[in-house]
Amino acid sequence: MKLSPHTPLSDAEIDAWIDGQVPPAEQTSLQARLNHDAQARQRVADGLALRERLRTLHRDALDEPVPTALLAAAQGAQAARARALRWQRWGGMAAGVVVAFGAGWMGRAHWPAPDRQALASANGLPGFARDAVLAHVVYTPEKRHPVEVQASEQEHLVQWLSRRTGKALKVPDLSRQGYQLVGGRLLPGAAGARALFMFQNNEGVRLTLYLGALSPQPEGPAGAALPSSVDTAFRFTQEGPVPAFYWVDQGFGYALSGPLSQRELMALATAVYQQL
Amino acid sequence: MGPADLTAHIPSLRRYARALTGDAWAADDLVQDTLERACGKWRLWTVGTNLRAWLFTLMHHLHASQVRQSSRRAAMLPLVDVEDVEAELVAPAAADGLALDLQRCLLQLPEEQRAVLLLVSLEDMSYAQVARITGTPIGTVMSRLSRARSRLQALLNAPAGTGHVGSGASGDTPRLKRLK
Repeated sequence: MKLSPHTPLSDAEIDAWIDGQVPPAEQTSLQARLNHDAQARQRVADGLALRERLRTLHRDALDEPVPTALLAAAQGAQAARARALRWQRWGGMAAGVVVAFGAGWMGRAHWPAPDRQALASANGLPGFARDAVLAHVVYTPEKRHPVEVQASEQEHLVQWLSRRTGKALKVPDLSRQGYQLVGGRLLPGAAGARALFMFQNNEGVRLTLYLGALSPQPEGPAGAALPSSVDTAFRFTQEGPVPAFYWVDQGFGYALSGPLSQRELMALATAVYQQL
Repeated sequence: MGPADLTAHIPSLRRYARALTGDAWAADDLVQDTLERACGKWRLWTVGTNLRAWLFTLMHHLHASQVRQSSRRAAMLPLVDVEDVEAELVAPAAADGLALDLQRCLLQLPEEQRAVLLLVSLEDMSYAQVARITGTPIGTVMSRLSRARSRLQALLNAPAGTGHVGSGASGDTPRLKRLK
């Protein structure tokens, strides 16, 4: 587009000039117009001065040593990335991989036939319960990294997950039922962060308590009148790869999963519910 | 890890977060949250695409949602008397009067204008990149940028109501003139 050298510069052109974002092909003609536009020249000069001033702001942050907490977080993310790449090499976090875990739990010796069905039926569960049982079958078989933060750092774990899920969490004490906390981890969910706490008894049986906000955070202090704030009774499912009880309390979903009978799991879920 | 090395991006994330929040502690919290978020979302980052832009995108969305939450919560927080916490309020070592004044004026810009101005000026992002990071059309980015710039200059030129005495540091300020 050929414009007369006397066409004044637009706001957008002045900004682009200040920020060095004028395409090379247009620079000459813009420079020519700038030569005829004293007001634009003044604005460019002001803008450049402001830009230089902004660029001195917090310059020291670039040279400061990075705090160890941030380095640790970066290394954690780096490790997660290595895991993600491994998943990708295997064809993504595809159903087949999850079937393998699910099969490990359910069928033990004879997979894959029955367990493909088990997984397919997990797809019929409400999203939250499905996420909960899948998290269970993915993480409980882990020997070295079942959790991100160990029970030995319980206080930190609870603070961290509370902050990320936006709710003051508590770890239920299931020691009377013979289960000790292993630790917990942060997981992505449909409506933001979700938390997972893992428990284990002396026989090595592992339970997971999975929780998180269900839909947009309740408005107002009492969380009034949102679909997710409708509390539900306990629901039991054994359609997925592992049985689970799940319920909704004040906009927050909870699911307790473990390879136990309905009665045993019910007793544990009740204990959890009473303590939360 | 080469260009995909996260740690290489931490310093510029920290600087941007400081300018955005005006608070070194809040800034580092924001960076930490961003790195943790990256942890859960790696699968959404495609190898070979711009890691830096992706990290700034994560940070932008985290900050925006924190701002929404804190404005909702602000009414419930107890007020703190400045004199009670005076001892904890330590100015960053290198901050002179001019820098403090600039930061103070920046914080008076609307969030979305401040973010655009900083991404362009501090991080040298292209307008198209800023549009992707903030999830807004490029026309919106450019009008926010233009408003941010003229508003900031007007604020800097306004007689400072508080504190700032032109500490004789440089003769730059008078060159910035109010627009329109």
